Amino acid sequence: MARYDSLLDACGGTPLVGLPRLSPTVPDGAPPVRLWAKLEDRNPTGSIKDRAALFMVRAAEEAGRLRPGDTILEPTSGNTGISLAMVAKLRGYRLVCVMPENVSTERVQLLRMYGAEIIFSPAAGGSNQAVATAKQIAAEHPDWVMLYQYGNEANARAHYETTGPELLHDLPTITHFVAGLGTTGTLMGTGRYLRDKVEGIQVVAAEPRYGELVYGLRNIDEGYVPELYDATVLTRRFSVGTRDAVLRTRQLVEVEGIFAGFSTGAILHAALAVAHEAVREGRRADVAFVVCDGGWKYLSTGAYGGTLADAEDALEGQLWA
Amino acid sequence: MAIEVRIPTILRSYTGGAKVVEGAGDTLGDLLADLDSRHAGLKARLVTETGALHRFVNVYVNDEDVRFLGALDAKLNDGDSVTILPAVAGGAFGFAAAAAIAQHSAAAGATRSARGASVAAR
Repeated sequence: MARYDSLLDACGGTPLVGLPRLSPTVPDGAPPVRLWAKLEDRNPTGSIKDRAALFMVRAAEEAGRLRPGDTILEPTSGNTGISLAMVAKLRGYRLVCVMPENVSTERVQLLRMYGAEIIFSPAAGGSNQAVATAKQIAAEHPDWVMLYQYGNEANARAHYETTGPELLHDLPTITHFVAGLGTTGTLMGTGRYLRDKVEGIQVVAAEPRYGELVYGLRNIDEGYVPELYDATVLTRRFSVGTRDAVLRTRQLVEVEGIFAGFSTGAILHAALAVAHEAVREGRRADVAFVVCDGGWKYLSTGAYGGTLADAEDALEGQLWA
Repeated sequence: MAIEVRIPTILRSYTGGAKVVEGAGDTLGDLLADLDSRHAGLKARLVTETGALHRFVNVYVNDEDVRFLGALDAKLNDGDSVTILPAVAGGAFGFAAAAAIAQHSAAAGATRSARGASVAAR
């Protein structure tokens, strides 16, 4: 299908492409082990978040929580803000994003271009300051609507109804699904769908392990686990450090010509781990993983060139996924 | 049998400021007991009274979450690397802020609020 009534209708339906060069070689006569990339950067604003943004806005409209002209409040420094800005523009809402003042200029420019308004929270103070700023804004504007992607069932449902069926249609022999763990919406929705349809499917999470600065002040007695998260949907969960994520991100573009962001590198790292395990055990595997977004928004980090150590330094203290 | 254990900043008061310590054990539970014999109090910060890992603590053996490897019964081998980290959702900034607003809205009794967040204290 190549014709749509509007940009919103062009959301999803992304290509699944094989990675013949990055897939591990298997011994003669052994069953094949193949890697497949789901190119979510081919969505309208260039990331997988378009699916969740569209479903969350539609669900809020149907529930009567959103009416024409309403304001949506989204604390984000990531792709969700960009996706929501596009959906809000086309559906007639105003979007206000709260973000730390130290996010990249590409993000700020993109959000403004799509029509979002931005309120910065001081970079000093980290999450605590972000929390304080967000609370203050919410208190001043009780009528603004927050879609709260971390606990919004429409986020996971977007993937149950679209990403999962697309994968199964394109790859009926799928054995593993690998995606990033953030809001957990992609893994919960797609994972549940594939578990319903494919016996023995492995649902594998790759979560970013940031530099020390990010965890520095984090208390272990109070943490953040998204309401959407249900550990029983997953079969395994990998923690991927900055260096491995950068290494795989570079490999993906160098070997297969796919230019992706660093969260995709982390996911590819986990996908390669399960693929090589299948080779060692002599099992057939069709490993599908998510390419969350393209690398454009991260070029200014400088982490695509130079040594891996330089790249690691460049990303230290940044939430790169 | 030596297993390298990476300690998060918040728990280094138990290890004399050490970022990495060594321990031994056939399982994660054994390893934590061994560590506690030299770093008293560390285990209690990671394991509940009922013998489960604390909800907001993640422990990884060679980069894999132990909750999917048998939790405290996860098998360990010489040369393994264990990492202890506080649970942080991806897009941590947005989540911290969003959770705060959701809580605030719920507390204010707003009818249009998002669901309450799980910023739970022990």
